[in-house]
Amino acid sequence: MPPRSAPKPSKKRSNPDSVTSSATGPVPSASNKKKSSKEVDGTDKLFDKYANASSGVIDPEGIEKLCSSLEVPHTDIRILMLAWRMKAERQGYFTKAEWRIALEALKVDTIGKLKKALPELEKEVREPLKFADFYAYAFQYCLTEEKQKFLDIKTICQLLDMVLGSTFRAQVDYFIDYLKIQKDYKVINMDQWRGFYRFCNEISFPDMTNYNLELAWPSILDDFFEWLREKQA
Amino acid sequence: MYRETIIDFEQGCKCLEAGVSELKRILEEETSETRIDPKQYLELYTTIYNMCIQKHPHDHSQRLYNKYHDIVEHYAKKTVLPCVQQKHDEYLLRELSRRWDHYKVFVNWLSHFFNYLERFFIPQRNYPSLLEVAMKSFRDRVYLEVQVNAKDVVIALIDKEREGAQIDRELVKNVLNVFVQSGMGTIEKYKEDFEMFLLEDTESYYARKASRWIQECSCPEYMIKSEESLRKEKERVIHYLHSSTECKLVEIVEKELLVSVAKHLLEKEHSGCSALLRDDKVDDLSRMYRLYHPIPKGLEPVADAFRIHVAREGNALIKQAQDAAANGSLVEAQVLVGKIIDLHEKYMVYVLDCFKNHTFFHKALKEAFKVFCNKKVGGSSSAELLANFCDSLLKKSGKSDEAIEATVDNVVKLLDYISDNDLFAEFYRKKLARRLLFDHHKVNKEHETIMITKIKRQQGGQYTSKMEGMVTDMQLAKEFQKGFKGSLTAKPGGIDLAVTVLNTGFWPSYKTSTDLNLPREMVECVEAFKSYYGTKTNQRKLRWLYSHGTCHVIGSFDPKPIELVLSTYQAVVLCLFNNTERLTYQEIIEQLNLSHEDLVRVLLSLSCAKYRILNKEPASKSISTTDVFEFNSKFTSTMRRIKVSIPPPPIDERKKVVEDVDQDRRYAIDACIVRIMKSRKVLPHQQLVSQCVEQLSRMFKPDIKMIKKRIEDLITRDYLERDAKNHHIFNYVA
Repeated sequence: MPPRSAPKPSKKRSNPDSVTSSATGPVPSASNKKKSSKEVDGTDKLFDKYANASSGVIDPEGIEKLCSSLEVPHTDIRILMLAWRMKAERQGYFTKAEWRIALEALKVDTIGKLKKALPELEKEVREPLKFADFYAYAFQYCLTEEKQKFLDIKTICQLLDMVLGSTFRAQVDYFIDYLKIQKDYKVINMDQWRGFYRFCNEISFPDMTNYNLELAWPSILDDFFEWLREKQA
Repeated sequence: MYRETIIDFEQGCKCLEAGVSELKRILEEETSETRIDPKQYLELYTTIYNMCIQKHPHDHSQRLYNKYHDIVEHYAKKTVLPCVQQKHDEYLLRELSRRWDHYKVFVNWLSHFFNYLERFFIPQRNYPSLLEVAMKSFRDRVYLEVQVNAKDVVIALIDKEREGAQIDRELVKNVLNVFVQSGMGTIEKYKEDFEMFLLEDTESYYARKASRWIQECSCPEYMIKSEESLRKEKERVIHYLHSSTECKLVEIVEKELLVSVAKHLLEKEHSGCSALLRDDKVDDLSRMYRLYHPIPKGLEPVADAFRIHVAREGNALIKQAQDAAANGSLVEAQVLVGKIIDLHEKYMVYVLDCFKNHTFFHKALKEAFKVFCNKKVGGSSSAELLANFCDSLLKKSGKSDEAIEATVDNVVKLLDYISDNDLFAEFYRKKLARRLLFDHHKVNKEHETIMITKIKRQQGGQYTSKMEGMVTDMQLAKEFQKGFKGSLTAKPGGIDLAVTVLNTGFWPSYKTSTDLNLPREMVECVEAFKSYYGTKTNQRKLRWLYSHGTCHVIGSFDPKPIELVLSTYQAVVLCLFNNTERLTYQEIIEQLNLSHEDLVRVLLSLSCAKYRILNKEPASKSISTTDVFEFNSKFTSTMRRIKVSIPPPPIDERKKVVEDVDQDRRYAIDACIVRIMKSRKVLPHQQLVSQCVEQLSRMFKPDIKMIKKRIEDLITRDYLERDAKNHHIFNYVA
């Protein structure tokens, strides 16, 4: 089968320079466009506090510092949520433009305010429609290479735990067990990733009585289902 | 007689009555003299005639019509009925029959007398005819009174006849005629007052018989009895029942005797369908077909029993072979496939002969074979076994074209039953390659072509294109070789070189060591051919398969020179010893650039096998990398030419074929999915899968899981996407 000739535009491309209205965040009103220089200043100053001087972006080290300032663990979901808010393109890095987007949307300009805004952010992200988008974003965020489409099992397990651990504990635990034991799949792609979220939402657990093998669930979930059935027997 | 006087009605009636009494008397006497006195006849006729044509108020036509009615009524009620009612059983029937005959005569005579009325008065007034009036009277006065009893007696007689007694058929026929006539032009009376009861009685009669016979009789015996019963019932209809009864009667008999017990009958343990097939009881099976064929859906259980039996036989064959394989003996493709072919022919005969070529049975046979023809035996799929069978068949010399054609026809039929057609094609191709390349002296080109042509006819041109290409290649290679030979002025390297050029697309892929260091003479050969080939073709690259070549080498041994027929690899190794007497393993492998596995095989064949061309130190039975080899100048044999065979490399050919076919299937599934989605644009998962299976079914039976995985792969490659609203529906991504 010949590969598709036209390269598809990368889904994760966003326009960092334009303040576009996103379907996932509050529409910045016209009044917000004209930020008072003081506020912009504050955001920028905060940015500079954590950014790497030479590269001009917040790098992994800076993020770690940010985390300790915010008093959240480095691997906390809320940092990921923040990244989602700013539509951060590159894992482990925040650009100035991205930083601005997030902080403007959250209406904060100091670290204290940001810390206080985190629970609200979390609440927003957990809204069903937004969470689906966030969930997909989480996968994409971890793709580091240019044309990469898969994530390795280890990363998936960590990501699942972080993103779905609090809401679908049982499913996540069993699925992670399965992923570690099975030998057929070495990587997971976006379709399978999304499929698992739908699984958690639609299929009653742990009985899974409404799961139908003849539908279009990704094969990995069919295998998971059969593995779990066997275990339960 | 000329009368001038008017006939008074009373007067006329007196005359009439006298005549009627005379008639009755004559009938009663039942002499052969059933003739009325001509004088009296005339008188009656004329009297009536005159009474009718008299002028008003003396035209008595109407009154005469009514009188006629009274006469027949009276006769029926006062004469006929009492006589009949007095009797019972068969006597009842006899009396009825007799009285009925009399009545008919009576009415006939009367119709002569009243002829004038019939011809003029009745049509004028549009009244019922005289006959109609008479029949109605009989019906109302006699028939309605006695029909129930008569019916009962008749049915009792019929049952008696069924039990073997003789009955008076004419009598019954005549009585039933009464029923028919009483319908006044329709068959209703017969149906309601007789036929209905007859059918009921028949039903319970044969139900009883069926339950008894099914216990007591074997299947063939039962069928014979059934056939006999049907025959007798049909005969009954011809002799005394109304023809319209036949199909209803037959239907009931069939239902009670054949349909309701079908399962029990066909599955009878020692004599049922299965046993009959096993014991080759052609007559009984033909009878079974004859009996069940006219019954709607009647043949289905028979075809089913046939199918089950054939499948059982086939499964037994397969099991036998599987057990043998499990015990370690080699799976003999010829034997097993031969047996399956024999089985097919045997049961095809039944289909054509006993079962009259009926489609149900063709279908049953096909389905039965499909069941067991797809089972694996000892690790080999049926596709592989069939390919092996073809290989042996085509390597056999001395078979006539007709014999080959017959067997090939059977092979192609079996191919139709195998679901993994593509697997067969691959195996066949591999074997064909080996035959063409290594056994070319055994190859019969006509036979090969026959096989391929017949396969092509059933499976299509694309299926056989590669095979055909291979056969053509051999032909073309021969001609090309002639041209090459003709172009040479001298032998390159002093060697007679023959090259066969294969088209990569048609032939299986072969691994080859392209870096083999050939001796100088062979290099000259290769170059010579290369340049010739370059002149004849345009920009084609030759890849030399030294692994598949043969070489004839003269070994100059001390006792006498012997011609050795070797593989190219073997020849190349030996040529090294032209320059030196002894060589170590390391030296050989370095000089030649052969792979370790290949070299070990070669050295084994030359030093440890049947012919010791080389001496090995140490003289063990295996090759180690520290061995040293020496030319065995003392080697000799009684023959002038010997073939030093080399075992083929132990690649698991079967595994490779299965892998190749799996890969091809993956591409086929991908292409199929894309094709379907491109035309449908939007499709739910289950429909996509089922369409895919259907489209590919000609070639192979796709694994549902594999289809699913291919779909997911195509999603990742952006050919399809899941619908945003329902993730079990796919959209085509343009």
